Amino acid sequence: MATQTTPSRLKVAEVEAVTIRFVGDSGDGMQLTGAEFTRASALAGNDVATFPDFPAEIRAPAGSLAGVSGFQVNVGAKDVHTPGDTPDVLVAMNPAALKTNLADLKPGGLLLVNTGAFTPGNLEKAGYAANPLEDPSLRSKYRLIGVDMNGLTDAALAGSGLSAKEVARCKNYFALGLLQWLYSRPADQEAESIRRKFAKKPELAAANLKVFEAGYSYGETSEIFFERYAIPATKLAPGTYRTVTGNHAAALGFAAVAKTSGKQVFFGGYPITPSTEIVQELSKWKEHGVVTFQAEDEIAGIGSAIGAAYAGALAVTATSGPGLALKVEMMGLAVIAELPIVIVDVQRGGPSTGMPTKTEQADLLMALFGRHGEAPMPVLAAQSPADCFWGAIEAMRIAVKWMTPVLLLTDGYLANGSEPFRIPDASELPKIEPRYATAPNRDGKYMPYLRDEKLVRPWAIPGTPGLEHRVGGLEKDSLTGMVSYDGANHELMVRTRAQKIRNVIEDVPDVAIDGPEQGDVLLVSWGGTYGSVRTAAERLRAEGKAVSHVHLRWLNPLPKNLGAILRRFPKVLVPEVNDGQLAFYLRGMFPGVDPVSHTRINGKPLRVSELVEKVHQIL
Amino acid sequence: MSTTQDAPAPAYTKKDFESGVDPRWCPGCGDYSIINQVQRTLPAAGVPRENIVFVSGIGCSSRFPYYMRNYGMHTIHGRAPSFATGIKLSRPELQVWVVTGDGDALAIGGNHFIHACRRNVDLKILMFNNRIYGLTKGQVSPTSEFGKKTKTTPHGSPDYPFNPPALALGAGATFVARSIDVEGPHLGGVLKAAQDHEGTAFVEVFQNCPVFNDGAYEFLADKASKADTQLRMEHGKPLLFGKDGKKGIRFNPRTVTLEVVTVGEGGITEADILVHDVQREDPTLAFMLANMGATPGFPTPIGVFRDVRLPTGDEITWNLIDQAKAAAKKPASLTEFLSQGETWTVK
Repeated sequence: MATQTTPSRLKVAEVEAVTIRFVGDSGDGMQLTGAEFTRASALAGNDVATFPDFPAEIRAPAGSLAGVSGFQVNVGAKDVHTPGDTPDVLVAMNPAALKTNLADLKPGGLLLVNTGAFTPGNLEKAGYAANPLEDPSLRSKYRLIGVDMNGLTDAALAGSGLSAKEVARCKNYFALGLLQWLYSRPADQEAESIRRKFAKKPELAAANLKVFEAGYSYGETSEIFFERYAIPATKLAPGTYRTVTGNHAAALGFAAVAKTSGKQVFFGGYPITPSTEIVQELSKWKEHGVVTFQAEDEIAGIGSAIGAAYAGALAVTATSGPGLALKVEMMGLAVIAELPIVIVDVQRGGPSTGMPTKTEQADLLMALFGRHGEAPMPVLAAQSPADCFWGAIEAMRIAVKWMTPVLLLTDGYLANGSEPFRIPDASELPKIEPRYATAPNRDGKYMPYLRDEKLVRPWAIPGTPGLEHRVGGLEKDSLTGMVSYDGANHELMVRTRAQKIRNVIEDVPDVAIDGPEQGDVLLVSWGGTYGSVRTAAERLRAEGKAVSHVHLRWLNPLPKNLGAILRRFPKVLVPEVNDGQLAFYLRGMFPGVDPVSHTRINGKPLRVSELVEKVHQIL
Repeated sequence: MSTTQDAPAPAYTKKDFESGVDPRWCPGCGDYSIINQVQRTLPAAGVPRENIVFVSGIGCSSRFPYYMRNYGMHTIHGRAPSFATGIKLSRPELQVWVVTGDGDALAIGGNHFIHACRRNVDLKILMFNNRIYGLTKGQVSPTSEFGKKTKTTPHGSPDYPFNPPALALGAGATFVARSIDVEGPHLGGVLKAAQDHEGTAFVEVFQNCPVFNDGAYEFLADKASKADTQLRMEHGKPLLFGKDGKKGIRFNPRTVTLEVVTVGEGGITEADILVHDVQREDPTLAFMLANMGATPGFPTPIGVFRDVRLPTGDEITWNLIDQAKAAAKKPASLTEFLSQGETWTVK
């Protein structure tokens, strides 16, 4: 889409990329502001990656440090893999937001502050003894621009008839207007978006539009800026794009399964942060073959999914760490009964309630091993927000093909982060074709555990005459499925189920090495750290370092060629947002390989700069 | 998904519902009588055998699906209603039964049980109540009497028991009934009513455990006294009991209680006796009847407490789906579906 800009008195400087962080009070609308800036950037043809960061409390006390909500977006002319380490621009709507985020702003970065919120009361709530904006060191370190957004919003809406509270809630559009102007975004697109968003409240649409325009014009007329910026359009692969968050993408993936397979997708689950948007989205798509059920708890959520799978549906549940813990017994049942379901675990900070809105990768070992008895399952992890779409489809394909529960790991960062998603053609999607048994398979009888050459059992569903059979959690006879307490049969079944999951390797592609086939350091990542690690490897190679990167989409089974690659590099660095779980796993799976573990457990994605620094250290 | 729902069901007999696996309950267990009645009841409904699913949790009762020649799932302790709900919501044409016990349904599965009742998904929930944990060999259950001595309560149970029909009524169940394992014809009648009901149907079956709680229902089963201890509730008929059928239940509006009166004594006529009405939408009277057995001097009611037709959870779910389908002008292609919202094109 062409970037049309209004004629300006200022010169427009071209920049390759910018990282902007919007921070304010939970009630200040920073998530909306960030999302709207992202949308406008994507429509302008830029690649984008976002990182919303908000507190678990819906409304922490106004103006408090705990109530600060932020949204970071990295906009670039080239491939953008991460939301950016440190912002180039910090938009701070109140003192608490400034206090909690200033340390992250790049030295010399643009600090845009809503001075109207720097009242004695707010300063006190943020713990400032004096107004930091009056501290000369702030101005010497950053390009500080103070704008009284409160006052200018009030002025723009004078005589509008809106209450003071309603007026105050419009000020985020002032900030947005200013930023859209600064980055040469067309004003008219935003107007359309505002009208759509407030379609049911035209008076608010008019007010927000007025404030947006006030912010936009303020940039042009106030003479506080000396230049504007433009980011050239990214050369993305041809196609039609939209932006998606990871949760939205996962939901689209499951709905796409329903549409392409013609089979019912059944979602049973229980709301839990940060996975809830998956079921919220799916529940809107009833006409597309999706049935959703909000159960009374996490256990019933997966139970209903397993029941639906027995009945022939393509069944899904989604959860986060505490919910995964509750679903463990159910997953064991799905393993022993050999029924296909997908369990999405959107990982968050743990243990226990932990940090619900913050990201973490600490469920890996639980996903791999966290069940009683011998209960192996395929485990995959999505690597970016848009990849959650493909991860959802692949997980379902594997579940149905192999008659097994499959765990799909995503995380809070992927779930809430967004990026452009190229809309695929139906022909690009893998086929999911459940083959329900229709006839007896042994001497006129139906043997539910008589396997094919890949060790997959048949799937006969209720309604099929002559194939009536029972499945359950008791160990079952290797053919009839009837209860068996025979030790030899149990051992056979345990080993057979394990071998079946090992056989899934035929669907696991070899990992591709990014960078030289041999070198000094190999970075190995999995899941949501893909972007940071890939960017770090690219940066290190640009410095002339022999650094390669392997990213694991498959955690069980592990790709066939992984062991050989790990052994080719003198040093293997495994960065993770946990206490070293993949490194531990790799040591066990590939004896002799002893990766350097680099871990960070602060609820945030890994920074590219720290990875680069870490590689410098170990080189 | 293919089913045979439109084809007429064959003329089944009881034998058609026997899986051929010999039940392994203890000799004299009340479960034998119950499965016998279930297998006798199923042919009448005219539902093809392959469209019936039995789902159970864990416990003695939960072995039930293995002995039925239908589709079945033997699942996890207490969780059977969740699987059954998934089956029924996914495939509303199936007839889904849940077989559970007092420990399974009311202790570990209490949450699933009450939510099944409130959702009114068309499930038939049979709860065998032996007032003891049998499979773990004799521990106190949520329906064991206060003070009962069991292996885990050697000094007597400190807990008050649940009254299962009252709990189900309180949770909004549209069909609530009770019967006794040894009263074959009565049990058969209750099972038939449950099968005919659309919506969650809860049936409590008093079931004797000859090994760990023998004689728990002797007071109801004893031929000599049962006319005085049982109140057989029948829709449209006065709530009369006793050897000569003269004792009856009267509602006392002054004390807001039920009381036992005798027709012909103190000016009481049959007109004073409550006429049982299972279709009363307000569950208050059913709740009073459900609680009656606990009071000394009152008979224990058996039969159907409540049988009210309300839209079922599966009907509501599928109506919403059908409405969404009707509102969509034409089925969106995958690309159209994925392209909802704002898009841009890169050439």
